[in-house]
Amino acid sequence: MELVGARPAPAFTVTFDGRSIAVLPGQTIAAALWAAGITSWRTTRGSGEPRGVFCGIGVCFDCLVTVNGRANQRACLVRAEAGDVIRTQEGTGSDGQQHG
Amino acid sequence: MGSSMAEGAPHVAVVGAGPAGLAAAVAAAARGVRVTLIDSAAEAGGQFYRQPAAGLGARRPQALHHQWRTWERLRDGLAAHSAGGRITHLTDHHVWFVERGLQSDGFTVHALLGPEQEQPVAVHADAVLLATGGYEKVLPFPGWTLPGVVTAGGAQAMLKSGLVLPGRVVVVAGTGPLLMPVAVGLAAAGAEVAALVEAADPKVFVRHARALAGHPAKLAEGARYAAELARHRVRVRVHHTVVAAHGSDRVEAVTVAALDGDGCVRPGSERRIPCDTLAVGHGMLPHTDLAEALGCRLDGPGVAVDDEQRTDVPGVWAAGETTGIGGAVLSLAEGRIAGLSIAARLNSRTPDARSYEAAAKARTGLREFFAVLGTVYDPPAHWTEQVTDDTVVCRCEEVPASAIRQAAGELGAGDVRTVKLLTRAGMGWCQGRMCGPAVAGLAGCEFQPSRRPFARPVPLGVLAGTNFDRHHTDSTDSTDPTEEGSS
Repeated sequence: MELVGARPAPAFTVTFDGRSIAVLPGQTIAAALWAAGITSWRTTRGSGEPRGVFCGIGVCFDCLVTVNGRANQRACLVRAEAGDVIRTQEGTGSDGQQHG
Repeated sequence: MGSSMAEGAPHVAVVGAGPAGLAAAVAAAARGVRVTLIDSAAEAGGQFYRQPAAGLGARRPQALHHQWRTWERLRDGLAAHSAGGRITHLTDHHVWFVERGLQSDGFTVHALLGPEQEQPVAVHADAVLLATGGYEKVLPFPGWTLPGVVTAGGAQAMLKSGLVLPGRVVVVAGTGPLLMPVAVGLAAAGAEVAALVEAADPKVFVRHARALAGHPAKLAEGARYAAELARHRVRVRVHHTVVAAHGSDRVEAVTVAALDGDGCVRPGSERRIPCDTLAVGHGMLPHTDLAEALGCRLDGPGVAVDDEQRTDVPGVWAAGETTGIGGAVLSLAEGRIAGLSIAARLNSRTPDARSYEAAAKARTGLREFFAVLGTVYDPPAHWTEQVTDDTVVCRCEEVPASAIRQAAGELGAGDVRTVKLLTRAGMGWCQGRMCGPAVAGLAGCEFQPSRRPFARPVPLGVLAGTNFDRHHTDSTDSTDPTEEGSS
């Protein structure tokens, strides 16, 4: 932030698994979670291993997350909006959640 | 749109707003072609000139970039042509298919709008330029699926666009010309880069010294990065490789080891480096899905093109890394040539070769240079020996190396497609983009770009509603209310 002389617009908040997180306008959900020190937000369907960002450009689908009840959103592509309810996606994310 | 442009102006759809797509769009628009520039990002620039989100208020984004002057020229050209109605820039449009009209000469570019990618959009055009760029190749090793292990390009992309770092202590590893700028960028942004681990053998550099010396500007660029690394006190370990990443919920350390002359890990040379992030990459691969679905011939991993950047499908051009990996400067040259060719050909003229002499010369030199780099920056010859049987190879379908070895061994699979059918490796969300080269290497068969009908996942409702091969004769007869691109 310092390096590029950033003067961001005021932060807003989203929640991740119920915890409040400050987000700068324009950041993707993945960037917001990284900034909050969170690196995993999905568990795999088979062995339940934690996953987060891998490719960072929308190719690998490892960073899938549930946003406002919609599963399978790529966190590295979707921009965070004020009030977003972000949840760790367990497996397919279809457990009681709307499928994306 | 297009108010200031004659209704009859030829229309090209440019897919991708990175260096190649932008250079082509500006060159074509300046010569009377109507351009629709279609890109998945919120702002132009592609991966190389990826811009910080506007809300972040970055006053010096150039601190994370190189060749910023060139970007400013492209950005200003795009703005001027957009204001003049010659370029329509569609952002957040994810192209999944380019359809060749059977009844007419034109093309329909099918895209999905927005981050959720459910709303369909179709753009009709007389010609198409594919400037879809490339993506990073990563070969597997134990622990590579741990959170905190990211691609080198991904770490850079997240930094450029979101101004965020994946962690505090980073190891950058793999092979290729991308690793140095990534390490420099992360260090400049405040990360501690504990090591840069490059597999390339310095002896191979020496062997190609004469070929490389013919490109002093490129060598100077490398020297600048090396000086920056030294300034940030980054320990560079050449002819080394990452053997494993360790941790339970995220990466806590990596083991690196020296390579011998044959590309095998030198026993006893292993050392553990504590870190919370590993940024890793083994080179780049071209995005060729759209070209393949159109029936364009490939040349190796990239789309085959002629001197004017035309593919073998009439009306389809390709430029930049989709034709082969060669960096931003080569992409700019190819894009410019494609733009000039499109402007001439759509007006039934032959382009004047003198008008792109300089770009063609740059193209020749850079292609030679990157061909040499391709042999210098090579993953360790025996990388598969580090992949333990329980290492997950296909990240989507969680297929371990043992299953791939079994498919290729006892079950006799002789190609990647058979391995996929037997193991599900490559069948998941990413459609084998991440594991393709690894599966081929482990199965001992040749890696070939796999043919995918569509370039990205498409909601079934969109497919059901897509009226393929509509019998339109121009771009204005559509009844689809979401359509764009008509004048």
